[in-house]
Amino acid sequence: MPEQKMLTKRIGDINPLSIKDALEKGTYKQLEKALKMNRIDLIDEVEKANLRGRGGAGFPMHIKMMSTAKQESTPKYVVCNADEGEPGNFKDRYLMENDPHIILEGILIAAYATGASKGYFYIRGEYNQAISIMKWAIEEAKENGLLGTGIQGSDFDFDIEIRTGAGSYVVGEEFAMIESIEGKSGRTRVKPPFPTDEGVFGKPTLLNNVETYCNLPFIVDMGGENYSKIGTKTSTGTKLISLSGNVTNPGVYEVPFGTTVREVIEDLGGGVPNEHKIKMVQLGGACGPIIPEFMLDLQIDFERFEEFESKTGAGAIIVMDERQDLFEVLMRIVKFFQHESCGRCTPCREGHVHLEKLVHSFFKGDGNPNELYSLESLARVMHHSSLCGLGQSSPISIISSLSYFRDAFHDRMAFGGGEK
Amino acid sequence: MINLKINGIDVEAKEGSTVLDAAKEYGFDIPTLCYYPDLRINSDCRVCSVEVAGSNHLMTACSTPVKEGMEVKTNTSKVYNARKTITELILANHDTNCTTCARNLNCELQDLANTLGIEENRFEKVLEMDAVDDHNPSIYRNPNRCIKCGRCIEVCKDVEGTYVLENQGRSNEVKVAPKYGKYLSEEDCTFCGQCASVCPVAAITEKDDTQRVFDAINNPNKHVIVQVAPAIRVAIGEEFGHKSGGQWTGQLITALKRLGFDRVFDTDFTADLTIIEEGHELLERVKTGGTLPMMTSCCPGWINYAEQQHPDMLEHLSTCKSPQQMFGALAKTYYAQSSGIDPSDMYVVSIMPCTAKKYEAGREEMQSNEGMQDVDAVLTTRELAKMIRSQGINFNNLKDGEFDTPFGITTGAAAIFGATGGVMEAALRTVSEVVNEKPLEKIEFEDVRGFDGIKEATVELGGNPVKVAVAHTLKHAETLISEVKAGKSDYAFIEVMTCPGGCIGGGGQPYGTTNKKRIERIESTYRVDDSMPVRKSHENPTIQKLYDDFLEKPLGKKSHNLLHTHYHPRHKKV
Amino acid sequence: MQLKEVLDKYPQSEDYLIEILMDYQKHKMHHDLTEEELKTIAKHLDIKESRVSSVVTFYSLFSLEPKGRHVIQVCHDVPCHVNNQTAVLNTLKTMLNIDVGQTTDDEMFTLEYTSCLGACDKAPVMRIGEKTFMNLTSNKVKAIIAEYRGRKHA
Ligand SMILES: Cc1cc2nc3c(=O)[nH]c(=O)nc-3n(C[C@H](O)[C@H](O)[C@H](O)COP(=O)(O)O)c2cc1C
Ligand code: SF4
Ligand code: SF4
Ligand code: SF4
Ligand code: SF4
Ligand code: FES
Repeated sequence: MPEQKMLTKRIGDINPLSIKDALEKGTYKQLEKALKMNRIDLIDEVEKANLRGRGGAGFPMHIKMMSTAKQESTPKYVVCNADEGEPGNFKDRYLMENDPHIILEGILIAAYATGASKGYFYIRGEYNQAISIMKWAIEEAKENGLLGTGIQGSDFDFDIEIRTGAGSYVVGEEFAMIESIEGKSGRTRVKPPFPTDEGVFGKPTLLNNVETYCNLPFIVDMGGENYSKIGTKTSTGTKLISLSGNVTNPGVYEVPFGTTVREVIEDLGGGVPNEHKIKMVQLGGACGPIIPEFMLDLQIDFERFEEFESKTGAGAIIVMDERQDLFEVLMRIVKFFQHESCGRCTPCREGHVHLEKLVHSFFKGDGNPNELYSLESLARVMHHSSLCGLGQSSPISIISSLSYFRDAFHDRMAFGGGEK
Repeated sequence: MINLKINGIDVEAKEGSTVLDAAKEYGFDIPTLCYYPDLRINSDCRVCSVEVAGSNHLMTACSTPVKEGMEVKTNTSKVYNARKTITELILANHDTNCTTCARNLNCELQDLANTLGIEENRFEKVLEMDAVDDHNPSIYRNPNRCIKCGRCIEVCKDVEGTYVLENQGRSNEVKVAPKYGKYLSEEDCTFCGQCASVCPVAAITEKDDTQRVFDAINNPNKHVIVQVAPAIRVAIGEEFGHKSGGQWTGQLITALKRLGFDRVFDTDFTADLTIIEEGHELLERVKTGGTLPMMTSCCPGWINYAEQQHPDMLEHLSTCKSPQQMFGALAKTYYAQSSGIDPSDMYVVSIMPCTAKKYEAGREEMQSNEGMQDVDAVLTTRELAKMIRSQGINFNNLKDGEFDTPFGITTGAAAIFGATGGVMEAALRTVSEVVNEKPLEKIEFEDVRGFDGIKEATVELGGNPVKVAVAHTLKHAETLISEVKAGKSDYAFIEVMTCPGGCIGGGGQPYGTTNKKRIERIESTYRVDDSMPVRKSHENPTIQKLYDDFLEKPLGKKSHNLLHTHYHPRHKKV
Repeated sequence: MQLKEVLDKYPQSEDYLIEILMDYQKHKMHHDLTEEELKTIAKHLDIKESRVSSVVTFYSLFSLEPKGRHVIQVCHDVPCHVNNQTAVLNTLKTMLNIDVGQTTDDEMFTLEYTSCLGACDKAPVMRIGEKTFMNLTSNKVKAIIAEYRGRKHA
């Protein structure tokens, strides 16, 4: 299946530093249309479209929009999550650097629909270029009456501010991000209440991923009904895939839901270079499952991914060829999460230290059955009992490896080997 | 009411209650570790995890509200395995030398490990030993025993508003510590000890002074006297298995005598004296246009706070020393003289509900004889209980004893010093009778009683209405201070106590002190007051005698030298 | 840039703490924040120093220790790892004669790991200051370092 470009269609064509160009190519037209619609009707269209979050959890967008819209407390906030810190993901950066105005248009539509008056655009501190481009885009949007009071001649007022991260992956988690916006450390909050009830400064807050917002102008344009025809029955629309690893043409690809992993790797990515063979693929990003080559015909959609008990909607595909050592890869992953854990809850704070030790044992080639048992049990406990998505999903790579590459563990126990 | 199922049993629970509450009500014990009643629920430890139908992830009972139709399982193997693994993880990063630990057999982590039947740890020890903080006279911090439950942070920040302790760093390197890992003594720590009182393990404790006291008792050349604060008698029994709400004055005295103290005195006596001096100081300020509102000065946590945070407010503080220090001053002067003992041969011990009193006793102003502290050692309720246990004294089998003279006859007014509003009420009883020159019709000032953070009352003094206020916890005190600073305060007199509920809820009181227990102790305090033959400080006959024999008159020269003090702005440089 | 100038750029509101810290640290020669500066910031925003300390030690881009003039951050997550990041790192170590986490004697360079920089399609990747370098090879790295060494202002 080829790419189906919707969100990224104009990329390459459009000058990201020129709102004039963006306006000429139709950006903010859908905002104009939305502003004439009734707010609830607008959310209904999103429901018909069956838009689900693109940042990881795949939560239905209209539910969050509705519950924010229904809140009486004001001001309400819209937050755009552009923290994108998960290894293997770079599609939000791609959108920000290439078509900032489509994102702003989406945010504006969401803000109008929910009655929000203020937005925060949270970009990780390492994305210097994206930060500059978004800042510039916001400036230009202000100058063109697309932000501020009485937007496009309506009575809708909205302003947005950029907030930058300072080196933390967990800040991508919604409540950690809200804390960070308030100028605090990125430690999540206990739910409930949810952000739509009490988010930034205790006020109703709609928080979504960059890509999720970008879909809104297209839903307004074609109507929810038509939009829902893209993709599969239950996973509608397109998905941006960040393809990386041992692949000939790494990059961002936009495909309809239902495309298989193999199609992305082989048809779009050109397969593995230099006659090497695929050994394993990590889906979603560092928190996703690692699957073997024979599973690549898996469809990219929310249901399939949920089977891995993981929230792999962010859409990374990391290809690894036969030269790569599973245990070395797992070490990298565990170290990443160990370093990025906020340190708040026990399973994640203390667990990663031991995950690392246990994986290291196998990496070195001296793992034993007790360690295998401890590793499996610890990974499951962390998955089941951590407070936020970080600790819940970080062990997925290990849990899936234990399912699909169990022999590798046994081989290490039987024959040693490992660390070169 | 909400209907749900716990372990297959139909259960009714109040709306807004948690799974933990509901389960407890029906006899299902769910272990907890970070949860503490009255504190904000952070659900960090994850020990109270339970299964809830419909969720693959476990939910924490302490933070999960009950929902109609919910199905909870509290003891499946998934749950048990999670709890056990979590506990093992904590133990792998904990200095588990339990037998040589201050919290041995009185430790929530030890209890948890025991409850879960942990007999070996699958996980390797990963503890990296860190330096302890023993740089102050009140609080001892041992980070090697910290389990990062966050309780101390909540208390210091949310309850007290002192913001000394915080999470520093992240991941497994996170430390619960003052900024940049400094010592408490370098920080604006009031030494209130509320952090120590909620710590589930031995990561924050009072600095232990029991050995010094044993040494003094065992020194034949020392005349060792002890004073007990009003709040001890309504709490000490809890250390020996009693429910809160009782009072154990008689057994407490006997226990102290058995420990070998030469005289057992009552701080209530100098509480009465404080009222006389402070009451007159207030009247003097009103008469001469002195700084108002006057603020109480018997709480050293509050004094520390005022000196650290509000150096410009020090004139508002009463110059009266706290009852503990008035006692110390009189002990090493009046009592020494009248009993013919050289003050340098005396050793004065106080039993206090408080860790800040340890700091106070060491202040350089607190020397009535040059180079000699008036109070030599301060023990908390918990330390006293430890001493009693260590000497094989069976507290519950003790007969009632009596305080020694001359500092043993006291009033109901002094007894209520331990409760928030107590000092105010005691002062009002005396001040109004002195000013109005007629007995009060009703001596209970109900308006200043109770557990509200800030309480107000208006009293008639010489025909004029006078407004007073009472605050407990420094967070609430801060509200009153802001009003004073903004010129919006029309109070003449403000009582401030650092600890929730006042001294009965002090940082040195038995572990497990919750607001519920605090309220029970307060009620017990008022019962003590009710039962006293004399209930107004100025009617205490021995106080009158003390003035006749020694002090001459309130605010006189001797009082000034012995019973009053002054305060210093303290500004910490980075 | 003086701290005061940075403070003046932002509203005097506590939620700007991280923005202010990032902005100010950027202007510091050795990319560190001192207790004295943090105290001034805390005072300005009317927040507790314990909170500022907590924030500064939470986010990995803040430092309480002085670093080299140029901070080199090498990504070591999976997409870079499978694209030969180790070779690049080894070249850096040899050229600079330091290990990860260290600063060169002339205080020119500090070598660090970073979490994924979101340029995995152009792995392996590193960052020097705010500039990202992609599709690295040992030769490219050598040229880059030589170029930085040659800069006068450094
Ligand atoms: C540790 C962690 C990191 C996350 N990082 C991101 C991120 O970088 N970008 C993002 O959009 N969502 C991230 N999420 C998911 C967010 O919490 C949240 O679900 C999402 O932003 C909601 O937006 P959506 O519904 O549009 O996907 C992260 C979640 C966790 C637990
Ligand atoms: S799971 Fe990890 S990142 Fe999330 S709250 Fe717990 S310690 Fe923090
Ligand atoms: S704090 Fe508790 S578990 Fe830790 S050493 Fe002391 S008694 Fe043992
Ligand atoms: S003693 Fe009081 S002020 Fe000091 S750290 Fe503990 S709670 Fe905070
Ligand atoms: S010091 Fe005690 S109360 Fe504070 S976090 Fe550590 S264990 Fe908890
Ligand atoms: S007691 Fe519930 S999470 Fe700690």
